[in-house]
Amino acid sequence: MEIDIKELEKNFQKKIDKDIRIEPNDWMPDAYRKTLIRQISQHAHSEVVGMLPEGNWITRAPNLRRKAVLLAKVQDEAGHGLYLYSAAETLGADREQTIDDLHSGKAKYSSIFNYPTLSWADMGAIGWLVDGAAIMNQVPLCRCSYGPYARAMVRVCKEESFHQRQGFEIMTKLAAGTQAQKEMAQDAFNRFWWPALMMFGPSDADSSHTEQSMNWKIKRHTNDELRQMFVDATVPQAELIGLTIPDKDLKWNEAKEGYDYGAINWDEFWQVVGGNGPCNKERVDARRKAKEDGKWVVEAAMAFAQKRSAKKSA
Amino acid sequence: MTKQEALYQYLLRMGDDSLILGQRLSELCGHGPILEEDIATTNISLDLIGQATLLLEYAGSLAEEPKSNDELAFLRIEKEYTNTLLVEQPNGNFGDTMMRQFLFDAYRKPLLEHLLESTDNRLSGIAEKALKETKYHLRHSSEWVIRLGDGTEESHAKIQAALDALFRYADELFFENEVDAILLKEGIIPSAKVIFPFWKKTVTEVLEMATIDLPKNNWKFKGGREGRHSEHMGFLLAEMQYMQRTYPNMEW
Repeated sequence: MEIDIKELEKNFQKKIDKDIRIEPNDWMPDAYRKTLIRQISQHAHSEVVGMLPEGNWITRAPNLRRKAVLLAKVQDEAGHGLYLYSAAETLGADREQTIDDLHSGKAKYSSIFNYPTLSWADMGAIGWLVDGAAIMNQVPLCRCSYGPYARAMVRVCKEESFHQRQGFEIMTKLAAGTQAQKEMAQDAFNRFWWPALMMFGPSDADSSHTEQSMNWKIKRHTNDELRQMFVDATVPQAELIGLTIPDKDLKWNEAKEGYDYGAINWDEFWQVVGGNGPCNKERVDARRKAKEDGKWVVEAAMAFAQKRSAKKSA
Repeated sequence: MTKQEALYQYLLRMGDDSLILGQRLSELCGHGPILEEDIATTNISLDLIGQATLLLEYAGSLAEEPKSNDELAFLRIEKEYTNTLLVEQPNGNFGDTMMRQFLFDAYRKPLLEHLLESTDNRLSGIAEKALKETKYHLRHSSEWVIRLGDGTEESHAKIQAALDALFRYADELFFENEVDAILLKEGIIPSAKVIFPFWKKTVTEVLEMATIDLPKNNWKFKGGREGRHSEHMGFLLAEMQYMQRTYPNMEW
């Protein structure tokens, strides 16, 4: 009997509309599968590339406690990368292939990680703003229509919220510290504020994937909605610790019960996405080098495992 | 030297071994050969920094003028650190990193096991916590030494070269001086001579499974325990102490 593809698509959309989770063995349209593979592997790459800007300060952390907390945080990110690569594998993606796509420049990752970390305060700014923005993006993903992704996000979000708190704590301590520390905090905030707003992606009018992803319930809010939520949540936090928002156009809008903010420099965003961020080359080179340097290790582990299983079966 | 001074010195040795090896491993975070190994290495680094925190905190409380663990970790001059030369050696390739770790873990585990019996309760408490972690570290590093040794021709050659280079630093793990004599008499620490056979047994067994050989060169480097370090140490400290030196007397 010939299965009618239109019928399958209709049933699929019905399940989505009824909020029934899609699981790996369920039928799904190719485009849904492709969209998820792209999104989940980009997310995995972001976690793994995201280890680098913070890894940059582990060896220079100012005290033992901060060093331990930062190590734990970066380790969590590696763990997130692992669950996400596994979630992508449930859709038929090959982990090594997706990683090679990252190394060849074919696959993208969050462009925020192409900015350099220049001071200890950047560890605070990243935890607070970057992980804060990530939470805004990821909490709705816990309700994403694809089961394995949604479940991975539940665990990821718990850890991200700890990361955000530790970042805010670093900033709070600096903002209440000496003049040098206050300046360090404000400088980091100035550098990361706008790139953090760009993390939500292009504005709705220019976002090519939003509409379809919303219909499939992969996405639950538009980029601009999420960006607004982030601004509204973050401005009072900055004020609380005495940092100045680097946006002269920022003001409370009573009618929408939210902040109006200044124009985002989308030219900068597209330049960074396209490879012209300050650290794009360094980040991808570092990941590629890790894989190339590790090749002999992986080969050895495989050869060893084969020898052992040959011995067992002999 | 009083008992308290001796214990201070001994805790610094142990604390510095943990701190400097933890610092070395933390350099690798984000650069591991595979993601699983990145997680493992970071985890071991985290354990070692945790051990250093406890050991240096205890040491600081015994100093003539009490000091915090952060002051001890970040504000001593090079010759005041008494870690072994082994742990300050650069990471090299993955085989070098694992071999350095293995030679250290094989010593640390029996040392901690014997410290469980220490007449000093605070030290035996720290040893108990650290032992749980160190058992896992040793299992992990042994498995890699074996896998690389009995893997491919290339990995065999690399791990053999790592052993050849690093074995010369191993003897210093069993360094003893007046400090040990005083603490041994009080039942606070075991003699290094008691730990050595345990280390030797583990090393012999693992190297045999790894099909690699002890180097013929039996030269023994020493100096770290007495504050005479290798050229690598100054750079490691410059990086580790950067914030504390650049922004003195601040809270973080």
